Amino acid sequence: MQRRNFIKATAVSLAFAAAGFASAPAIAADTIKVGILHSLSGTMAISETALKETALMTIEEINKAGGVMGKKLEPVVVDPASNWPLFAEKARQLISQDKVAVVFGCWTSVSRKSVNPVFKELNSLLFYPVQYEGEELEKNVFYTGAAPNQQAIPATEYLMSKDGGEAKRFVLLGTDYVYPRTTNKILRAFLKSKGVADADIMEDYTPFGHSDYQTIIAKIKKFASEGKKTAVISTINGDSNVPFYKELGNAGLKATDVPVVAFSVGEEELRGVDTKPLVGHLASWNYFMSLKNGENDKFIKMYKDWAKKQKLPNADKVVTNDPMEATYIGIHLWKQAVEKAKSTDTDKVIAAIGGLSMKAPSGFVAKMDEKNHHLHKPVFIGEVKADGQFNVVWKTPGPVKAAPWSPYIPGNDKKKDEPEGK
Amino acid sequence: MALCAVPPAPTFYTHTMRHLLFTLFFCLSFFAHAGIDPAVVKQLAAEESEDKIAAIRKLAQSAEPEAMTLLQELAAGTLKNDKGEEISINNRVRREIDGALAGLKLFDPDPVVRLKATREVAAKADASQAPMLAKALENERDPKIKGMLAEAHALATLKHADMNVRIAAAKVLAGSSDPNIKAVLKAQSEEANEAESLVRRAAFQAYLEVKDRMTFAETVGKIFSGLSLGSILLLAALGLAITYGVMGVINMAHGELLMIGAYATFAVQGVFRNYFPAQLDWYVLVAVPVAFFAAAGVGVLLERTVIRWLYGRPLETLLATWGLSLMLIQAARVIFGAQNVELANPSWMSGGLEILPSITLPLNRIVIIGFSLFVLVLVWALMNKTRLGMFVRAVTQNRPMAGCVGVPTARIDTVSFALGAGIAGLGGVALSQIANVGPDMGQGYIVDSFMVVVLGGVGQLAGAVWAALGLGIFSKFLESWAGAVVAKIVVLVFIIVFIQKRPQGLFALKGRFVES
Repeated sequence: MQRRNFIKATAVSLAFAAAGFASAPAIAADTIKVGILHSLSGTMAISETALKETALMTIEEINKAGGVMGKKLEPVVVDPASNWPLFAEKARQLISQDKVAVVFGCWTSVSRKSVNPVFKELNSLLFYPVQYEGEELEKNVFYTGAAPNQQAIPATEYLMSKDGGEAKRFVLLGTDYVYPRTTNKILRAFLKSKGVADADIMEDYTPFGHSDYQTIIAKIKKFASEGKKTAVISTINGDSNVPFYKELGNAGLKATDVPVVAFSVGEEELRGVDTKPLVGHLASWNYFMSLKNGENDKFIKMYKDWAKKQKLPNADKVVTNDPMEATYIGIHLWKQAVEKAKSTDTDKVIAAIGGLSMKAPSGFVAKMDEKNHHLHKPVFIGEVKADGQFNVVWKTPGPVKAAPWSPYIPGNDKKKDEPEGK
Repeated sequence: MALCAVPPAPTFYTHTMRHLLFTLFFCLSFFAHAGIDPAVVKQLAAEESEDKIAAIRKLAQSAEPEAMTLLQELAAGTLKNDKGEEISINNRVRREIDGALAGLKLFDPDPVVRLKATREVAAKADASQAPMLAKALENERDPKIKGMLAEAHALATLKHADMNVRIAAAKVLAGSSDPNIKAVLKAQSEEANEAESLVRRAAFQAYLEVKDRMTFAETVGKIFSGLSLGSILLLAALGLAITYGVMGVINMAHGELLMIGAYATFAVQGVFRNYFPAQLDWYVLVAVPVAFFAAAGVGVLLERTVIRWLYGRPLETLLATWGLSLMLIQAARVIFGAQNVELANPSWMSGGLEILPSITLPLNRIVIIGFSLFVLVLVWALMNKTRLGMFVRAVTQNRPMAGCVGVPTARIDTVSFALGAGIAGLGGVALSQIANVGPDMGQGYIVDSFMVVVLGGVGQLAGAVWAALGLGIFSKFLESWAGAVVAKIVVLVFIIVFIQKRPQGLFALKGRFVES
């Protein structure tokens, strides 16, 4: 009998403890909780860890300047560990249990697709800071990264231009999930509209975390030797990029022969690679660390100081990149919207944020579109330099409006440029 | 340019040193009075690529030694404009510079430089370069460079007005093994591009020859990448072949022992970076014993504390070692952080060995193939030629009998488990050079390792070798045909079917002791 009593007592006290934990956030009303949902381990940690740091840095910056509506922001960091279903679980935990007002997070499209239903069901807000494939417009999501027409299409056009090498054959190489597959579908349609034959397009995919790129490099070499000028468009994501670029350098495939343009490789991903053999390979983004302007100098300095203060590994060599800028813009625009709406209520913030803008580290004004939940951003194309930075070789004259429904996919012309049910 | 007579073959190199210097001086003084037009230099800093390219062409034609320096600086990004800013270039300009520099270097006194330049020019020569190439060909004494120059010259004259020149060019090109030339020849053999049927026939003949050579090169390349994958599988699985294959311990923490080896390499690299930066290139060599003993040490710890109590209880061992693997992953996360760590290839392991223009074998993979052979020989010698190896075999074959004749069975168990763990550590060193190093890197190899050991036949080291190489080559051929994703699935399906048909693996042990 005693044993049973003991179990009962433990269960009851545990239940109380759990209830206590759950109700604790509701009491602390002098802060606004914000969730940070980035993989801090697993294959995506290479890219996402820096975004967590950027979010924490931006929150500290805002708090130092007096917070939002006089309240301090309180970050809640969780680690979904590059595990897509875990993203949904953690998102639910952030919203229902921690009662956060907004979540900044996700990198891969598969993780975003996995949390979308959660945000819809619980009517909460997600700011998604990474370039993606479009073909989606959720009422509860704000996309501060690039849509295809702000990254992929201009990059491909550049490759076909005289300065880009007048490429006539294309290798579409990606990690096997929704973003590369959809982007390549759009690119294929785009290339066809430009008169590129199917035989001149090679599409290939590798699993997440793939580390043996010998065969693929050999295939690219063979494909490139069949007469016409060839370019590679890479949508490889996560830490596979390190072995891919290592193999590329070792195999002696130079940018002057076969340029590789990447959509998910920035300054952060190149940190672990010897970039000397990679000089001239390209990346297309809405921001580069090498851009020279006052806003960017401030942003870089803020992050470097933050890294030193937090004692991040290799703090003296930290870099900034496009998704970090997008995270920074997202948090600031959310703050502006909350102040305009005088509430953190999801629907009020959504109504308030359209048309808000800020001077971004890219040197241009980033504006949240009145309707379509995307930013107006400039597009830059950069070539890798020997020091791992990018040298901007092409840019748009000004910010470009996002087109989440790509016109190259049939049927998209009938879709509305704003989320359903808004 | 004919005045700059290029010295004869490198065998006479020292003898002709004086002659060479003299020639060089002569060249310099001959061109010095021409000078470089400052307007051209200024044009290098122009905004438009077109203008830059025009300036580069002018510089190249001037053949001034300063032109070469200027172009090299421009390529390296150190050339500055009037305002003191570095002039930025793009791929198109870079391509032009490479071509121009190679053209200038064709007349360099150093045969190594000439060889490199010729290689650069060879695949891209066009009609405008024909006179220059002819001149270089005339001056060249080194047979290897001469051969390549002849090809380049042939490529440049393939569009010559005289049909006999075209035929001769096609015949020379038949000896090439460059993929670009294959495409050019194919185009030349088509009616749309070539009016004369004789030339078409010659070009097509040449195309077939080059194509055969290319197919051969491709097969060599595929076999090499298969061997490379096989050697990695072998390094990952060899330790397991001892702990699972020979001792019968289902060690789910095997992948984490690889991870420990890789992190030991990382730690050694850190020590070298901080204390011996000049010798950084050799950190991998030091990492080999360090990783072995680090992993072996962890192996001893695991065996003494957990596994020794579970011998003969496979299910419990499986669960316990799985738990251990999670603990080790978490420990790595706490100590080194959750993110992947950076490991730089030493310079002698970066780059590749160009066997033919179409295949370059990466040096790091060649080194790893060699390393896996070394480990294999080491393990074989240890198991078959030493007293320790004999004890290990004795204990695994008949434990009570070995004990009776005085073999300390418990200690041998520990030592052989440590050996298996240490070899996994060596595998970790190799993996650190080609794959990402992170806390959960081991998880990706545990399935592959078991696959190799089971396929090869439990209890057999030789089986593991054949299984690793076979699987490596099989999946590489499959990958080039069906893609990486499908190849992975097909390999797993193949193994399932194979194990159904032949549960004992490729090589089964014969004898009475197996079942007991």
